Amino acid sequence: MTGWLTPDEWGVVALSLRVSLAAVLFTLPLAYALAWLLARRRFPGRILLDALVHMPLVLPPVVTGWLLLLLFGRNGPVGGWLEANFGVTLVFRWTGAALAAAVMALPLMVRAMRLSIEAVDRRLVSAARTLGASPWRAFLTITLPLSAPGIAAGAMLGFARSLGEFGATITFASNIAGETRTLPLAIYSGLQLPGGEALVTRLSIISVVLSVAALVVSEWLVRRSAGARAHVL
Amino acid sequence: MSFDVSLRHGIGERQIDLAFISTARLTALVGPSGAGKTTVLNCIAGLIRPDEGRIAVGDHVLFDSATGLFLPPERRRAGYVFQEGRLFPHLRVAANLAYGERLAPAEDRWIGQGEVTDLLGIGHLLHRMPATLSGGEARRVAIGRALLSGARFLLLDEPFASLDAARAEEILQLVERIRDELAIPILLVSHDRTEVDRLAGQVVPMA
Repeated sequence: MTGWLTPDEWGVVALSLRVSLAAVLFTLPLAYALAWLLARRRFPGRILLDALVHMPLVLPPVVTGWLLLLLFGRNGPVGGWLEANFGVTLVFRWTGAALAAAVMALPLMVRAMRLSIEAVDRRLVSAARTLGASPWRAFLTITLPLSAPGIAAGAMLGFARSLGEFGATITFASNIAGETRTLPLAIYSGLQLPGGEALVTRLSIISVVLSVAALVVSEWLVRRSAGARAHVL
Repeated sequence: MSFDVSLRHGIGERQIDLAFISTARLTALVGPSGAGKTTVLNCIAGLIRPDEGRIAVGDHVLFDSATGLFLPPERRRAGYVFQEGRLFPHLRVAANLAYGERLAPAEDRWIGQGEVTDLLGIGHLLHRMPATLSGGEARRVAIGRALLSGARFLLLDEPFASLDAARAEEILQLVERIRDELAIPILLVSHDRTEVDRLAGQVVPMA
């Protein structure tokens, strides 16, 4: 197996998995909070928030990457603050690639989780309240466990999306071997090289296998929780 | 006195305007469907805040629009048995029964799991998931869960509806036993006059 890919190529796969995992873990609580807000609360600006969350889905990824650069670049308001206070730099780092992947994955994660939260019967939450549960405890004991398959599905879907992230990553984090060159970026680089077809083929197969596996798992999880009518795509 | 309720509440075009005081062990709220009977139960349980009025059960004032008092549902200790049961689908019967019991302060628990499972005849169901229960079994578990939550009063929403005659009779006898053996005021919603005449010490009609 190790002879099939060069150490450099294994490095690309490992980096991709690390970036995607970091992106999903970082986004998970935020995505669930947003999904819950959008599913359960009516508040002014809700439509605006919904649109904002979905923006990365419809914007050209290169524009999302550029916006990230404006915000999180060394001179950007957030990036400058992070660097001054925590010494954290995101641009040209694998953490920047993870941020780009997280932003691109967020809308898909929110959608999957929102579906599963909406599928939780609110009357069960009322029942828990009459039995003595505070709103927070009712959430922890009823809404959260009943929407758990949606959390898993959203995480898998976000993971698949992160693995495939290209445009925002190359714009924001650049294409640096060993730091931000994830699978799609390595494939892109391979295409620029004379005689890179074999490399491109190998990395593409890995991409396809990982993404399809994540997608199938997430679809299965959502069907299991919300019935056959619901699906992630 | 068990229930002292006066409330006004508008839902869309409909206006509920109801006042009653009952000292009976079992009070029945009767009226045609759409009269707002369940809404009244939801107001008493704290799931709906009425536009105006005062709700007291026993010595406890639960809601008073004059003073702005509105106890949240978790502090009312209502044993609400919903028409659809509302058992938690991800928890076994035993965990459903224990849900409210665990949340009730020790001094509010006046009945134990053993007594409840004996009374309701649900000891053999403890390891089952709610989806595998029959309608009558689910209803008995829902009653048990409400009793165990340290309830100070019971709200029964159409407890005999959508059961076959034999099951309905079983539940009816159970409610009779709860009424006679346990010192807990019961407010029952029904559209069936024969059940109500058999059970209720006081009948509150709703138009």
